[in-house]
Amino acid sequence: MKAGRYGVYGGQYVPETLMSALIELEETYGRIREDPGFSRRLSWYLREYAGRETPLTYCGNLSRDLGCRVYLKREDLLHGGAHKLNNTLGQALMAKFMGKRRLIAETGAGQHGVATAIAGAALGLPVEVYMGEVDTRRQALNVFRMELLGARVVPVASGTRTLKDAINAAMRDWVANLRETHYLLGSCVGPHPFPRIVRDFQSVIGEETRRQILEREGRLPDTVVACVGGGSNAIGIFYPFVGDDVALVGVEAGGEGLDSGRHGASLSAGSVGVFQGALSYLLQDGDGQALETHSVAAGLDHPSVGPEHAMLKDSGRVRYEAVTDAEALHAFRRLSRTEGIIPALESAHAVAYALRAADDLDKDGILVVNLSGRGDKDVADVANLHGGVA
Amino acid sequence: MSRIDALFARSPAFIGFTVAGDPGIEASLRVAKAMIEAGVDLLEIAIPYSDPVADGPVIERAHVRALRAGTTTDDVFALVRRIREHAPALPLVLFTYHNIIHRRGPDRFFSEAAAAGADGVLIVDLPVEESGEVAPCAARYGIDRIALIAPTTSPERQHAILSGASGFVYLISLEGVTGERDRLPPGIAGLVGAVREKTGLPLAVGFGVSRPEHVRTVVAAGANGVIVGSALVRLIEEHAGDEAGMQDALRAAIAALRRGLVPDPEPDIP
Repeated sequence: MKAGRYGVYGGQYVPETLMSALIELEETYGRIREDPGFSRRLSWYLREYAGRETPLTYCGNLSRDLGCRVYLKREDLLHGGAHKLNNTLGQALMAKFMGKRRLIAETGAGQHGVATAIAGAALGLPVEVYMGEVDTRRQALNVFRMELLGARVVPVASGTRTLKDAINAAMRDWVANLRETHYLLGSCVGPHPFPRIVRDFQSVIGEETRRQILEREGRLPDTVVACVGGGSNAIGIFYPFVGDDVALVGVEAGGEGLDSGRHGASLSAGSVGVFQGALSYLLQDGDGQALETHSVAAGLDHPSVGPEHAMLKDSGRVRYEAVTDAEALHAFRRLSRTEGIIPALESAHAVAYALRAADDLDKDGILVVNLSGRGDKDVADVANLHGGVA
Repeated sequence: MSRIDALFARSPAFIGFTVAGDPGIEASLRVAKAMIEAGVDLLEIAIPYSDPVADGPVIERAHVRALRAGTTTDDVFALVRRIREHAPALPLVLFTYHNIIHRRGPDRFFSEAAAAGADGVLIVDLPVEESGEVAPCAARYGIDRIALIAPTTSPERQHAILSGASGFVYLISLEGVTGERDRLPPGIAGLVGAVREKTGLPLAVGFGVSRPEHVRTVVAAGANGVIVGSALVRLIEEHAGDEAGMQDALRAAIAALRRGLVPDPEPDIP
């Protein structure tokens, strides 16, 4: 496979101005991967600052209800409340190694923006976060959190005013300022080497899960489930299991249903296209224009997906399913009540699929759900959706 | 001799940029005609795209206007055909993002572009490393693939890019997206000089070029042409709903910018 490609997917479809920055990034990343000093510092930050390893929680109540053994990988307990910090600490440290003086990022649900703001504060790098204007409203708490952490939040009023436009705005900033700025991409998307870098930094989730489940159960799980927007938490937990006999399921945003056209399920309902620097699956029209997407979970509201997922779909190694807004909201409540854990609406998609998939497992079957983030940020939103009725 | 070669044989050239379908597809034809009448030597026509990441806010809004007006790639080819009928000798270059080509299939895209009368295609997000699929299709239909070189492009990459280029070379003047700037970066003369040593192709400078004095600077540096986009697109936006005013403004701006192509006359010394 060609460097920077996942099967036919991936690549570097960017303006010429950015190529030097991508080449520099690739070289730096190659160097730091071999640098024990970098690994030591990153391990220290992940352990002492971020709170790794995160628990693999056995859910007794849900297991009883569903008739199989359900575990949650608790990325919601990571500092900042989501898996995002694994990647932002890694990349922020890398930016320091590269001598960059400023971080920019884009965010949908706000979790990546918060995680970048945290990493920037911890490592002494100023942070600017681009966020679609629509998302700044539905994730107002995270906007405040970012500002509290010293980041500047830049609302993006162009296009659909959501995540994809925030990514475009961040790319423009990067083109203009690439000598001093590192673009801290938040998911396993974008041009090479970003999908690789993000996957590697997120693989800690799957490596821990693999070790933990072997310790607890003496065997690997039957099924691992994770939600997929751009796909970083999913690739992080899947990657260490790819060579194993474990069913891997990525759950996309089915929105109001795949037939409604209002969803974010690029793998389930998209076609192959070039978008924001990579060849992957894309929700697009006949001319190649990206379509507007919809999800109750802002972090899944994106028309494309990481190129490695595209390859894993084609090869059949990972199955991709879609879950509707309604199913995700139901799972949001159900996990809250049965286990006392409020999931992020993104993670609730994975939980919702687990509720469905449990039927296929017997009582000894082991199901691991990646709980990619906590739902505090979504509580007000969900309350508004239902007139304050929980 | 191709229309592009013929043009640069009598350079320097003034290259104007417009987004097809901005503000609407019919109005777009009238905009192109006004620009041609005002003296553009080559017209660069963008195919509107939903996510134009290399463009600044002014041109991005033009993409949005064109898409909202319902412009499709078929419409753009039809527009090119009509401009070609109107101006048979004028070189026309399509400016596009790669997914437009990928979606249509490169062979079909280039065959339709050639049939419509386009002379060149500039793919703003397709670096030389990714152009393997596209290059033979462009060649098959006699379309020049306009190469882009940025201030950040290393000498080795310049070499690789130039080896597959034809028509002319588009030099990006600055590190950033398209858009008007108060002044051009001081390194522009050096970039023109460095690339000039490596290729016999004509060099045209774009991004940020928006004032007669910029045009003068670029031509003095030895470039064979200038490309002006945002400064013209802004006039279309500012004169929304007043088409006569829009055309007058475009004519006046192009005339003023063109004056920069001519060296300053020697001052009269008594």
